[in-house]
Amino acid sequence: MSATASYKQGSAAGRWFREHLVLILGIAVLIYTFVPIFVVVLMSFNDPSSRLIYRFDGFTLHNWLNPCEPEGMCGSLWTSIRIGFLATLGSTILGTLMAFALVRHQFAGRSAMNLLIFLPMASPEIVMGSSLLALFVAAGVGGQLGFWTILIAHIMFCLSFVVVTVRARLAGLDDNLEQAAMDLYATPRQTFWRITFPLVFPGILGAALLSFSLSFDDFIVTNLNAGNTTTFPMYVWGVSQRGVPMQVNVVGTVMFLISVVIVVGGEVTSRRRAAKLT
Amino acid sequence: MSQVVEQEPTATDSEGYDGLRLRQVTKSFGSFHAVSSLDLDVPRGSFIALLGPSGCGKTTTLRMVAGLETPTSGSITLAGQDITYAKPYQRPVNTVFQSYALFPHLDIFENVAFGLRRRKRKDVDTAVREMLDLVELDSQARKKPAQLSGGQQQRVALARALINKPEVLLLDEPLGALDLKLRRSMQLEIKRIQTEVGLTFVHVTHDQEEAMTMADTVAVMNAGVIEQMGAPADLYENPQSTFVANFLGQSNLIEGTIQSRAADVVTVDMHGIGVSIPTERCHADGDKGWVGIRPEKVLIGEPGEALDAPGNTIPGGVVTDVSFVGVSTQYLVRMPWGQELGVFEQNTGRRRMFATGEQVELSWRPEYAFLLDFSQDASAGAQKADAE
Amino acid sequence: MSETVRKRGSTGYFLLIPGVLWLALFFVVPLYSLVATSLFDPSGSDLNGYEMTYHWANYWDALQSYWQPLVRSLAYGALATLFCLLLGYVLAYAIAFKAGRWKNLMLVLVIAPFFTSFLVRTLSWKLLLADDGFIVNTLQFVHILGSDGRLLATPVAVIAGLTYNFLPFMVLPLYASIDKIDGRLIEASSDLYANPFVGFFKVTWPLSLPGVVSGTLLTFIPAVGDYINAQLLGSPNQRMIGSVIQSLFTDANDYPAAAALSVILMVLIVGMVLFYVRRAGTEDLL
Repeated sequence: MSATASYKQGSAAGRWFREHLVLILGIAVLIYTFVPIFVVVLMSFNDPSSRLIYRFDGFTLHNWLNPCEPEGMCGSLWTSIRIGFLATLGSTILGTLMAFALVRHQFAGRSAMNLLIFLPMASPEIVMGSSLLALFVAAGVGGQLGFWTILIAHIMFCLSFVVVTVRARLAGLDDNLEQAAMDLYATPRQTFWRITFPLVFPGILGAALLSFSLSFDDFIVTNLNAGNTTTFPMYVWGVSQRGVPMQVNVVGTVMFLISVVIVVGGEVTSRRRAAKLT
Repeated sequence: MSQVVEQEPTATDSEGYDGLRLRQVTKSFGSFHAVSSLDLDVPRGSFIALLGPSGCGKTTTLRMVAGLETPTSGSITLAGQDITYAKPYQRPVNTVFQSYALFPHLDIFENVAFGLRRRKRKDVDTAVREMLDLVELDSQARKKPAQLSGGQQQRVALARALINKPEVLLLDEPLGALDLKLRRSMQLEIKRIQTEVGLTFVHVTHDQEEAMTMADTVAVMNAGVIEQMGAPADLYENPQSTFVANFLGQSNLIEGTIQSRAADVVTVDMHGIGVSIPTERCHADGDKGWVGIRPEKVLIGEPGEALDAPGNTIPGGVVTDVSFVGVSTQYLVRMPWGQELGVFEQNTGRRRMFATGEQVELSWRPEYAFLLDFSQDASAGAQKADAE
Repeated sequence: MSETVRKRGSTGYFLLIPGVLWLALFFVVPLYSLVATSLFDPSGSDLNGYEMTYHWANYWDALQSYWQPLVRSLAYGALATLFCLLLGYVLAYAIAFKAGRWKNLMLVLVIAPFFTSFLVRTLSWKLLLADDGFIVNTLQFVHILGSDGRLLATPVAVIAGLTYNFLPFMVLPLYASIDKIDGRLIEASSDLYANPFVGFFKVTWPLSLPGVVSGTLLTFIPAVGDYINAQLLGSPNQRMIGSVIQSLFTDANDYPAAAALSVILMVLIVGMVLFYVRRAGTEDLL
């Protein structure tokens, strides 16, 4: 381009389009991520003519009114919820303690520790699942696979994510705040409960939500270590081979709604808190 | 190496002293001595500023008084009590932090009430309201820190510390984040509050104007020691080291050979010109020294012109640079021995301006000059703008 | 001026011990156990027990039998990662720089589908890509697909599914990196005569590299090991290595072969990750 060339102007519409091109493409990608969700919601109202043909045949509320009709589905859902809850509790507690140690305490072998935390995140699920299975078999508990072995596995693979999330929050905390609290007559214990913990809490909460969704959604590791126990993803996997009951989409829709409520709710409360006082 | 206290006081002295007293305080980080054998007395009710470039140890000193750092050796006493190893929450000292460190999850009221609540004081409500009134933030009590402007946050930080009525209030560059105009008004505000509440204030800053405006005593720190301490005017008019001469304002330092030392005056040969300096303004051992003179104390005139300065006249200067800054005109004048001296002439309107290249004569009254030790670096403490 | 002072003493160890024990017992020991299993004599069985014979041939046998799904998995994973990077970068960039006050809403919208069951979403793709579905009919109508062309049971469907499922893992780290970039740097580059493309490749892209690296890792690693998409959207011709390992364990009960394949996969991935991270100069991410 030479300095003497006349500057291109273009039409107003063309300029608008060029300015917003990236945003338009971004929204298109977002729509792509939502297409299957629309299908899930739509199919939750489907009145199928046959179990084997998976397409929209007619509108009904039947699936919503009789969510537990398909045999075993609600049982598997309940199993997943219980495992998800316990795995969240376990991994959040263990991971938060580790994050505090990593950020706030001296210990030998820091780089080995970082590797130990990084490796589970860098391992494919199939490797983690199969190695745990190899261990359980070698330890002679191969016949007792089920709820507890799934829970052990879930806490294991959620743990690193909790550590990383809480550590980031804790590392971003201004040291001066704790020093200021101490300067204002707060003992170490008071400083922790009144300043440190409330400020790190959003990170812990985020880590817990992440853990729950990782646990609730896991199929590959679970499937290898489940024995006769069936979680919700395993149930869906099973029925996908022989015909999917529409109630699965009801569960999918509810999960989507709950997650939207949680995420949007968190966003709105933090905004309202900020807006209320201005 | 501090010149403030000549004699090592005994322990009983410290017990009787009702102010803040640091004795031989050293803080080392590995092999680096942030603070070296520091002695400092802060009388009760005074406002003292620790002034120095970044890394001079002033903040470390402050943090040791606050209890946020533990001295490697030495002792700190407050109103006769040894607090060297007391925890921060056990000592009657509060800090206004550099970045304010307001608790983001608590509102302004709870931030200010924090210290009282920890000590289970009664009537927290009334006390907080009064304090917010004092800093003129009573209408903002229920806002979160992030909703306030920088100046307002600064006042909250001040209120949060002051409400505890500490024996000593520490201010760690509290105005650094504010713009110039706001900083000036906050300087006066803090000074007003200090006079009103009558507490002891220790203020750390790298801004010499701020230190001189606010404090009644300024301690200039450099490389972990106090170089000189005194009232702002004393420090400025009679600096005892090249660092103080350059860090506090500007100085012309000219090499000279000491010719005679009398009881009241020292005469110095300065590149062939004899000048005299009052003995109480001589801080040089040996037979050489730096003759110091502030640029605004130097008069500039045409060769042979009779200037109002009985005493030291130095001929043979050539103007090399002229900057007109409104209230004054600043000249650089090249002397016969090659050195350029600075001259500030106040814009009284009575005298004409000189132009670059003109021949001039400089002169000053002997009582304004000072003599510094030749072993010191003549550029120490200069160019503080870069150091920050 | 003050750096984080880490407390000395034993408290740190006490805080670490429970989590470290858990990871050691249920991650490190199993890996060891996996390697051991991969060297067992393949003639043993789940019921009769295995003998440790350092049977290195297990690896050779596994590679010979299953090199195809292994290579396919790496290729599908790489392609899905590439598409995720393209789509994810556009989305992350749009959110960080172009979304204005819709920024938070768009972030929420990125995360929300991620919390909806992976399997249920993949099943809806199956429906969308079905032979008489809307997408296939449209593509046939505009002659991108032949009249008997299909999407389901093709590599396209599997890679599309992988791309779809792992997109949030790409977008979030990318967004975190891009959002940190000072917009004035891009203005400065255009002030210094860089056109938007040069500005992007000389300023935005290099500054977003940490996000690119962690995003590609978070996408590539699970995508290679995944077999849900291949199984639900593909045909046996698109079988991936995860599926092979799974069925060797649970259906064929051939533990040594399954373990050997797992070890190969792990070694390949860790090797590629280390090489990649070193090339990208972002070791500190580890």
